[in-house]
Amino acid sequence: MAHVNNTYGTMAVKTGMLIIAAALLFAPFLFQDVRALEVAARICIFIVLVASYDLLIGYTGIVSFAHTMFFGFGSYGAAIALKQMGPGWDAVAIGTLAGILVSLVVATVIGLISLRVKAIFFAMITLAAASVVLVLASQLSHLTGGEDGITYRAPDLFKTANKLMVDDNGKVVRWFGVKLNGKLAAYYFVFFSSLALFLVMLRITVSPLGTVLKAIRENESRAEAIGYRVVAYRTFVFCLSAVAASVAGSIYAIWLKYTGPDTALSFAIMIDILLMVVIGGMGTMWGAVIGAVLMVMAQYYLRDLMGAASEATANIPLLPELLAPDRWLFWLGIIFILLVYFFPRGIAGTVMTKGARK
Amino acid sequence: MSGHRLLASWPGIHSKATLFMPQPSLSTNDLTIRFGGHVAVNQVTCAFHPGETTVIVGPNGAGKTTYFNLMSGQLPASSGSVHKGEVDITNMSPSARAAHGIGRAFQLTNLFPQLSVLENIRLAVQARAGAGWGLFRPAAKLTELTAKAETYLEAAQLTDKAFMPASALPHGDQRKLEVALLMAMEPDIYMFDEPTAGMSLDQAPAVLELIAKIKADPTKTVLLVEHKMDVVRALADRIIVLHNGELLADGAPDAVMASQIVRDVYLGTATEETA
Ligand SMILES: Nc1ncnc2c1ncn2[C@@H]1O[C@H](COP(=O)(O)OP(=O)(O)OP(=O)(O)O)[C@@H](O)[C@H]1O
Ligand SMILES: [Mg+2]
Repeated sequence: MAHVNNTYGTMAVKTGMLIIAAALLFAPFLFQDVRALEVAARICIFIVLVASYDLLIGYTGIVSFAHTMFFGFGSYGAAIALKQMGPGWDAVAIGTLAGILVSLVVATVIGLISLRVKAIFFAMITLAAASVVLVLASQLSHLTGGEDGITYRAPDLFKTANKLMVDDNGKVVRWFGVKLNGKLAAYYFVFFSSLALFLVMLRITVSPLGTVLKAIRENESRAEAIGYRVVAYRTFVFCLSAVAASVAGSIYAIWLKYTGPDTALSFAIMIDILLMVVIGGMGTMWGAVIGAVLMVMAQYYLRDLMGAASEATANIPLLPELLAPDRWLFWLGIIFILLVYFFPRGIAGTVMTKGARK
Repeated sequence: MSGHRLLASWPGIHSKATLFMPQPSLSTNDLTIRFGGHVAVNQVTCAFHPGETTVIVGPNGAGKTTYFNLMSGQLPASSGSVHKGEVDITNMSPSARAAHGIGRAFQLTNLFPQLSVLENIRLAVQARAGAGWGLFRPAAKLTELTAKAETYLEAAQLTDKAFMPASALPHGDQRKLEVALLMAMEPDIYMFDEPTAGMSLDQAPAVLELIAKIKADPTKTVLLVEHKMDVVRALADRIIVLHNGELLADGAPDAVMASQIVRDVYLGTATEETA
């Protein structure tokens, strides 16, 4: 890695970050439809989720398959609290804190018993733990709703019917055509919570601690030799990323008003996170942003795009067949392979090393 | 004087300086490690003192590096003990020993390859300052650490390469960085394992100068594994000889170098490469 702070590639990536940040900040006004807002919120959540996973895999070199599990603890914590206690802020607080607490305890236990052993063993333990939790979630159906999950109401502030501002006639005020209602408040709750979490993690990566994490990734035994307790640092960052994932889960649960295995716990989410980290670039927080944006967009829009492409090429033999929307996963796979081939360090990681400036 | 007599009379015969030695800063007692049936370090009992530079010599495979590994904690002892001052550190992790003031540079360059030269050194500085846990430490604190790292960067003559990744340095500079990491730890005990091996003639003096500077500090203990006889002569207050994992001789440089056993086991096999 060249001195990446000093390349045109880094400038390009940072410009991209500003554009993405602006797009997400103004998303309700820029893209005025329900699905787009859904996508924007999911991007915010996944940026946090992927960034926190990158603290593990990219910065410290720890491979874990339990990241969705922590996400799930947060989601189910908030969901169960909202369901049992009703849609109040006390439920939000208690549910979120409960998620954090469970995540912390589980992460500490896994960390202390297995972070001193071989990396592969640690990865196996996380896989086993995640499987157990997935099974538990479907078994404890009186609490978790089993396979069906739970639906509940979010605090009143976030109800779509809630008017944040009313005009003289008692109708909800519109800004640039956008209703100032609870849905908007919910989106900004997601956006600013995610932003805060992301900035905290960003700050950590450039702190003294961040350098220690990289040192552990680079050369564990030398890090130990110059005086860093590697196991303690590893356990700490594992707990830290678990808490971030858990809080992201709680926020997502409040946004979705539904929590089930598919939205909060499944291994499909774990695979998404892995793909996002690889596509965006490991060991850089910007990579998490790029990976999450591209992947979530692809998941929501690739089918539409292909449908359009398939129609546009209707007169050409074979192409419409290939471009049929049902084949979107096939194309996603192709795109993924091309990305890995042309951006071996992920998009952000590769671009930032290009165009060295003096 | 024969080497056996030399050993037998230990610790009676010492360099002049050691006669009035204070408490040892580092000592090993019957320190032993076995790899399967092979005893790489065999019941080595030896003490090192502040203000003293001890050069450890011995042919390849004698167990010099392994002896270091046992003292700095990279390898667990099979039996025997290591003390830092009064403290038994035999079962401590390397990081705990580092916290007790034991610093170590490696024979095989052992850096953080993708991190910049400056970051490499800053890591050691910040470990010493106990700032590794700082998550939100203000930048002012960081500049303090960085400024300190820069002084070590300068001492190792690496300033112009501060922002290069360590892996991109030429071999000689990597060796210098290896030594600079140890310097930046500011330990009580400095352990150098062939610090100038593979260095060009014009680079070695910079490293030797650094060692000489530490040597001048009466509170520091220096252990140095070195093959080059001119370096040994220039820096050694005391020489110990390891052979097949055993401590064969220990004493003032002149006495040890003159002893027959040293000629047999060490100089006899190594004169060609040290010429
Ligand atoms: N981890 C290990 N496992 C098995 N054998 C080892 C290990 N480390 C060292 N040895 C053996 O112990 C003996 C001593 O090795 P050591 O590296 O300490 O020698 P040395 O005196 O430093 O030699 P050199 O001058 O070549 O650096 C050698 O025979 C080596 O093969
Ligand atoms: Mg050696």
